[in-house]
Amino acid sequence: MIQLRNLSAGYSGKPVIEKVTMEFEPGKVTVLVGPNGSGKSTLLKAALGLLPAMEGEVMYEGINIRLLKRKQIAKKAAFLTQSRNTPSIRALQMVLHGRFPYLSYPRYYSKEDYETARQAMKTTGSLPYENTNVTQLSGGQRQGVYLAMALAQDTQAVFMDEPTTYLDISHQFKLMQTARSLALEGKAVVLILHDISLALREGDYIGVFQEGKLLCFDTPDSIYQKGIIEQVFGVSIHRMDTPHGIQYYCTPKEEGNALFPHVR
Amino acid sequence: MLSWRIFSTRHNRIVFWAVLFLFVVAAIVLSLWTGSVALSPVQVFDVLIGKDTSSTAARIVFYSRLPRTCAALLAGAALAVAGTVIQTVLHNPLASPGVIGVNSGAGFAVAISCAAVPAAQQYAPLVALCGALIAILLVTGLSWHTGASRITVVLAGVAISALFGAGIDAVVTLVPDALDGVTDFRVGGFTGVTIAQLIPAGSLILVCLGAVVSLARLMDILGLGSDTARSLGLSVGAVRFILLFLAAVLAGAAVSFCGLIGFVGLIVPNTMRRLLGEGSLGLTVASALGGAFFVTICDVLARVLFSPFELPVGIILAFAGAPFFLWLLLRQKGVRA
Repeated sequence: MIQLRNLSAGYSGKPVIEKVTMEFEPGKVTVLVGPNGSGKSTLLKAALGLLPAMEGEVMYEGINIRLLKRKQIAKKAAFLTQSRNTPSIRALQMVLHGRFPYLSYPRYYSKEDYETARQAMKTTGSLPYENTNVTQLSGGQRQGVYLAMALAQDTQAVFMDEPTTYLDISHQFKLMQTARSLALEGKAVVLILHDISLALREGDYIGVFQEGKLLCFDTPDSIYQKGIIEQVFGVSIHRMDTPHGIQYYCTPKEEGNALFPHVR
Repeated sequence: MLSWRIFSTRHNRIVFWAVLFLFVVAAIVLSLWTGSVALSPVQVFDVLIGKDTSSTAARIVFYSRLPRTCAALLAGAALAVAGTVIQTVLHNPLASPGVIGVNSGAGFAVAISCAAVPAAQQYAPLVALCGALIAILLVTGLSWHTGASRITVVLAGVAISALFGAGIDAVVTLVPDALDGVTDFRVGGFTGVTIAQLIPAGSLILVCLGAVVSLARLMDILGLGSDTARSLGLSVGAVRFILLFLAAVLAGAAVSFCGLIGFVGLIVPNTMRRLLGEGSLGLTVASALGGAFFVTICDVLARVLFSPFELPVGIILAFAGAPFFLWLLLRQKGVRA
């Protein structure tokens, strides 16, 4: 549903990502991985129209993003940002902000807006604290509220920039479950993850970035077969068939630790 | 911020609004009633309902007390709301109208006009408003040009303030005669405000207050941070620019007839935020009422404390406001900000 064609984008005239071509399909979880500074976040922002394309184009259901107004984009794709402000308001009020693209003057929330917001909170499991102030929630609970806000936007595509960072393992798993259920609803889900094992296990497609280029865009299995992870991150990756499905795990490269040679 | 702990439930909120409203009404009554000439509440009431239009009491109420009360209410509301908007837009609780150059712009314009045409002092309000608008246009224009990032706005404001501040000092040094006008302006106060001065600035303030209230939802979205706000469909740069401009006009209009009484713009919004939380609509209205109350009651104190001498209202504002605010901060110690 979202196609990037030959897309270059960046800051102050300098491209951070160059000539990226990929497609985010409905019903699939796409995971972007890559070392820090490889251009994953920049790609998300460009795909959302938050950064203008320097070259190439972003197509939403066949329409060039340049022709869409910001509010129209907001009805097609939601964005869970990595860093954000935490205003001192009730969680439900926060989630209702996700209905903003649908409001017209005088911008009062309708009954349907409340219903959509509550439904979104139910999906992310944050309904129990709908009346709690956001500043009082734990990191994991807060992430659920922010995700609910993105879901309240009721979009066909959901982008998340490192949604599992700073979350404990149980909240990480919950978040990935939510991501999967969104895909099952037919949404295109795009995530940036740093945890390679998690990415390979949960993603339908993996996009591996290195120095602003999309090195490989394929299924986890072929990414593993081609040895891309080893090449990009300089680690060894292993696959194991377990009773809980195929699991991947990384270990330091065999020839020793380049940074700290005395460590074995 | 632990706002919700104080006025979180619906019941508490009703109490909050009722108390705030009563405070404002009480301040208005006191402001009309007190002053260097003793008038009974009955006399004041008779004048207000139009029963008495010719006595000395009527003249005092119409030409002194009423304009003064209106001026204090308007200035308080305008400065507090300007502070709320600026703090929200710049994500910085320390920001106040002074930060974006309003005060120094107005001050510089007054200094120049007093130096050039000493007789022009009576037009100081108009001149101050123009100066404030010029400063605002410079700051917002500069930051608009560079993409209106919130740090650029603050830095441009500080730079413009420094420039105009130096301008004021230069004018006063070179043309010492201008000093009187500048001192009056810098101290600030509501003595001798006339209805004629109030009408243009007052209508400007009311229009801008309405505009800010109608844009409250946009402020909420803006408060989420630029990337989130833009992904929700908000044109962040444009909204930021419009809100800053409204805030600057509010502050500029207030400063034009009451001089520099800056503290309100910092303390009232922060107090309300702590009491009420950060829903922009509630915060804006509460700041308007709170600012109106605070300035009016301080003006009353300025008149009665050392009667028949009058203290500059800015001194009372600081003496009454700072301890209260510090108490509020201490109450919330140990609480995650």
